[in-house]
Amino acid sequence: MNIVWIITQLTIRETQRRRILWVGLLMGLGFLLLFGLGFHYIYLDISETNLRQSETDIIIGLLLTAGLYAVNFLAAIMVVLISVTTISGEIDTHTIETILTKPIYRWQVVLGKWLGYAIMSSLYVILLAGGLMLIVYLRAGLALHNIPFGLGLMILQVLIILSVTIAGGTRLSTLANGVMAFMLFGIAFLGGMVEQIGSLLTNETAVNIGIVSSLIIPTDIMWKYALALFQPQFLNTPFLAGPFAVTSQPSRAMLIYAMLYPIAFLAFAVYSFTRRDL
Amino acid sequence: MKAIEANGLRKEFGEKVAVADLTLEVQTGEVFGFLGPNGAGKTTSVKMLLGLTSPTAGTARLLERPLGDRRVRAKIGFLPEHFRFHEWLTAAEFLDFHGRLYGMSTSQRRQVIPDLLHLVGLADRAHTKLKAFSKGMLQRIGLAQALLNDPKLVILDEPTSGLDPIGRRLVRDIINGLRDEGTAVFLNSHLLSEVEKTCDRVAFINQGKILRIMSLDELEQGNIQVRIRVGQPTPTLLENLKQFGQHVTQEKGNGRIHLYIQSEEQLPHLATWIIQQGYTLYELTPHHLSLEEHFLQIVGTESED
Repeated sequence: MNIVWIITQLTIRETQRRRILWVGLLMGLGFLLLFGLGFHYIYLDISETNLRQSETDIIIGLLLTAGLYAVNFLAAIMVVLISVTTISGEIDTHTIETILTKPIYRWQVVLGKWLGYAIMSSLYVILLAGGLMLIVYLRAGLALHNIPFGLGLMILQVLIILSVTIAGGTRLSTLANGVMAFMLFGIAFLGGMVEQIGSLLTNETAVNIGIVSSLIIPTDIMWKYALALFQPQFLNTPFLAGPFAVTSQPSRAMLIYAMLYPIAFLAFAVYSFTRRDL
Repeated sequence: MKAIEANGLRKEFGEKVAVADLTLEVQTGEVFGFLGPNGAGKTTSVKMLLGLTSPTAGTARLLERPLGDRRVRAKIGFLPEHFRFHEWLTAAEFLDFHGRLYGMSTSQRRQVIPDLLHLVGLADRAHTKLKAFSKGMLQRIGLAQALLNDPKLVILDEPTSGLDPIGRRLVRDIINGLRDEGTAVFLNSHLLSEVEKTCDRVAFINQGKILRIMSLDELEQGNIQVRIRVGQPTPTLLENLKQFGQHVTQEKGNGRIHLYIQSEEQLPHLATWIIQQGYTLYELTPHHLSLEEHFLQIVGTESED
């Protein structure tokens, strides 16, 4: 386990040294600042009108949902970008050869890198999503429900993408791997849309397409699950909740599937990397 | 103790045979040169020995442990040929990271790293990031990395290709030091003059096959090229010279005869025989082949087949 932690530390140090961490943090703060300013002025506006509390809550909820979706999207892009070169890149530069000829196992390298990126991207999600929630709470007094569970699901989504990218890196070139990760994310997004509209129109085929896309990669469905947990009042008012919201709470079986998904890909990454000729 | 014992190691990539049959032994305290043209299978051979690539067939033992044994790797140092290290680390951090991978304790690393930086002439660059290093400096820090764990076997893939003459001298001195400590050094190289100065034995490899393994002493004594000039050479003379050596040829124009003999002791016999046959002997010049001429002779003739 010690070797895993050494690799994890190196991975985290790499994100610091290559300024990925600092740029990410700085831009994240910029993101929060922009949201805070925008939210502040919109809130000023709506508190001067004589809307009912429930109507005000819907507008605030919409803004927060849009902000959270942006975090969700950014975290997914970030995790692909920082982890996509990690194994295939080190194979290309032969950096990996001096590491793997030490008295260690290849799975320790895979797991150590995974853990490093998992820690970084989890912190990123907690910081940005938590920041948004805090702004809304401090300014408008609106508190979301089930915050730890919901954030956990947003993090799970990022870990799913991370595991797919790490697994891809053991077989594909850096570029092909990046294309695959983004395409999968896109498929999940589109499938989620189709499912949502399908369920509004009660079109069973469209719903099934959505379910299949969630099985291919359960990222979008986890985001929706998180949202349903955050704002349970929107579940029954789909037209009000806007394009990023959910119309039905995903099943528990899907949650279990999504938790097993990154484990399976990580296991494949270890298997594939262990057998690979370098 | 045997440092390397390879028995029929073979690697195929699909249809292509990268290494056909790697069979060799390297003793501890021996510097072994592995020579061959680009694409001969040198790097693949090294990768099989180090467990980076799995052989299609054959077996091997490193430090008397079978391939794939991880504990034995704590006693092996390796410098790959084309490498880029984590360039955002400083030289000292880089060595510290690799020391930790070797399982060295904090106190061991604190003790060894300054010494190694000093050894490779980078003591004043300990806190410089590797991205500011020249190719030669990277090669030197890479070499320090291969020596961290007080290895019993060091495998170096083209260790001097990026170095200036001073750097080469340094690497040669380090290799000699390792030999004196009883460490085996396996050196992949195509810089033959370097190999000639450092190695005890060499193997010639081409197209995935070992063509010959010989000691450098053998090289110095054996295989002498002799140039002969006699008055009125005849075809019979050429034919009869074959009893002394191989590859008897005659230059067109000046009629000089060349042949290869196996030992210096044959020279006086050869001269006496030519005179006894009634020829006037004007010239008989022995010429020791350099490693390079040897290399071209062995690798060149085989690849013509």
